[in-house]
Amino acid sequence: MFVELKKISKKFGNFEASKQVSFALPKGALAALLGPSGSGKTTILRMIAGLETPDAGEIIIDGQSVKDLPPSQRGIGFVFQNYALFRYMTVFDNIAFGLKTQKTPKSKIKERVFELLSLIGLDDLAKRYPAQLSGGQKQRVAFARALAPWPRILLLDEPFAAIDAKVRRELRAWLRRMISRLKITSVFVTHDQSEAIEVADRIIVTNEGRVEQTGSPIELYRSPATSFVARFIGESTVVSDCRALVGFENAPEGEGAVRPEFVSVYAQGEAVQFENSVQDGEIESLAFRGDALEVSVKVGAYSLGANYSLEKPPLAVGDQVKVLIYRLYAFESGRAVLISNNRLANGGAGYNFAI
Amino acid sequence: MRKLKAHKASHVRAYREENPYIRRFLIIVSLLFTLILLVLPLLSVLVQAFGSGFALFWKAVTNIFTIKALYLTGLCVTFAVIGNVLFGLSAAWALTRYRFKGQGILVTLIDLPFAISPIIAGLIFILTYGRLGWAHPFLDEHNIKIVFAIPGLIMATIFVTIPFVAREIIPVLTARGTDEEQAAVLMGAGFFRVFFQVTFPHIRWALLYSVILCAARAMGEFGAVSVVSGHLRGKTNTLPLHIEILYNEHHYREAFAVSAILVIASVLILTARSLVERLAKKEGPQ
Repeated sequence: MFVELKKISKKFGNFEASKQVSFALPKGALAALLGPSGSGKTTILRMIAGLETPDAGEIIIDGQSVKDLPPSQRGIGFVFQNYALFRYMTVFDNIAFGLKTQKTPKSKIKERVFELLSLIGLDDLAKRYPAQLSGGQKQRVAFARALAPWPRILLLDEPFAAIDAKVRRELRAWLRRMISRLKITSVFVTHDQSEAIEVADRIIVTNEGRVEQTGSPIELYRSPATSFVARFIGESTVVSDCRALVGFENAPEGEGAVRPEFVSVYAQGEAVQFENSVQDGEIESLAFRGDALEVSVKVGAYSLGANYSLEKPPLAVGDQVKVLIYRLYAFESGRAVLISNNRLANGGAGYNFAI
Repeated sequence: MRKLKAHKASHVRAYREENPYIRRFLIIVSLLFTLILLVLPLLSVLVQAFGSGFALFWKAVTNIFTIKALYLTGLCVTFAVIGNVLFGLSAAWALTRYRFKGQGILVTLIDLPFAISPIIAGLIFILTYGRLGWAHPFLDEHNIKIVFAIPGLIMATIFVTIPFVAREIIPVLTARGTDEEQAAVLMGAGFFRVFFQVTFPHIRWALLYSVILCAARAMGEFGAVSVVSGHLRGKTNTLPLHIEILYNEHHYREAFAVSAILVIASVLILTARSLVERLAKKEGPQ
């Protein structure tokens, strides 16, 4: 493993920012630290960089403990949330800064800066100041600046937070392309699950200073280990009592999460395959999402999200419908357990992904 | 003060909707106060100073004691500015970049010279370093004279001006945060590289601005300096003290002539200040 955190703990006053955080990343990984704000993900990033010191535990980079290495000796490239570009330096000088402190020869600096400028596609902007750049351009410059001194690891703190939604999608794809091309081990912080799923090949889910689960996006989605992950990943609706739903009378008592893809909605008069496995519901809202309708359907006390094919009979708000729930995640003492509708003939069919 | 101006400008539109009489009244009051308290007295200083012809003015100004007082004032201003810049930058940096014990106390103490009467400031120095002061035996033994000597004047001037630079720089550093500096440190920059290449460009206008204000205040300082000076003509008299002496001795022409020097210097300083403000605004927040 190239980057390894072993039982890292960190307190700020009485606030426990990190509790026994452990994870490991192979060389070349593109990992996301994903969690709600205040879950301690930025603290982890800053400890890897050396901007914060852990109270306990060990950080190992490339087989070497970095405990006594100052930040500048760790071989880290860091992209700050608001980029932290030097406002009184040109783009060229920004990118060259790390090379200058390393006393790189001038000709070499020039070569490297222009190499990076062409990599990020901003060759013409070398003489601009950060204030004269758009948000997306600033991010690219921050990226190039972090990469300039040939770091071993690239760390990015909420790299897309300060960019408007439209540019963000482009930049995500761009960043993913860049990093896989450079093959540099990278960790970025985000609170946006779609961002993590789209960009990262490994996700570390954090919550209240702990690591909840580490895995590939598919692993996390398919088999959330904890109730937190089951809630956080996907568009889950949390139900307070699983047993209240038809087909789950034998489920563990307590809360559970239902994802839209677990739910089928049948319009009035539509044929239902397993009559005794469905329950009544009422359409609360409808939203057109291009290829399907996003439906919110009221079942008992819960409003469940579901997708509804446009091929099926039209629906309107207030319509009485039949609702089939194939499966759900039941929460059992903090773990998430996948439970199938017990009235379905082929009950334990499991979760079939078309990937 | 710059902020105040911007604040006003953004509200001009709102005030325009108000009662025209109130508007007129407020403008007249402001102008009247300025005229009566500021413009007329200042003009009369100049009129008095040059009233009996330039020759007489020149004679008063080139008087040996005036020259010496001018030199001493220049000395005090220079040291006040140097002390202020050193202290102001250190304090601003320490307060905004580090966490340490006594931080809150330091913040409060920086403002103390603004709150305290300058005469008290002078007395503090007398009671510390004067003949009755606790530090006197030590100073006497090493033949160091502070009170009734130039070091005392300089120290008193620094004391009354000490908040200027720190007060201007602290908000700028606080508002900016530490991201840029952290980025620089991560890339291996040492303290001086971080300060001069990354931080300094952000604070240079605020620094210049506060130095100008500090110089203006130092130049006109009377109270604290008066107490520690001992009024030894040609030795420990700064310009304001020299003016007082001239006035008390009924040399009104000379007093006004020397006053004119201070007035002209003030006008120059104010001009410099507006110039700095304009330049800083032109450069804008990058």
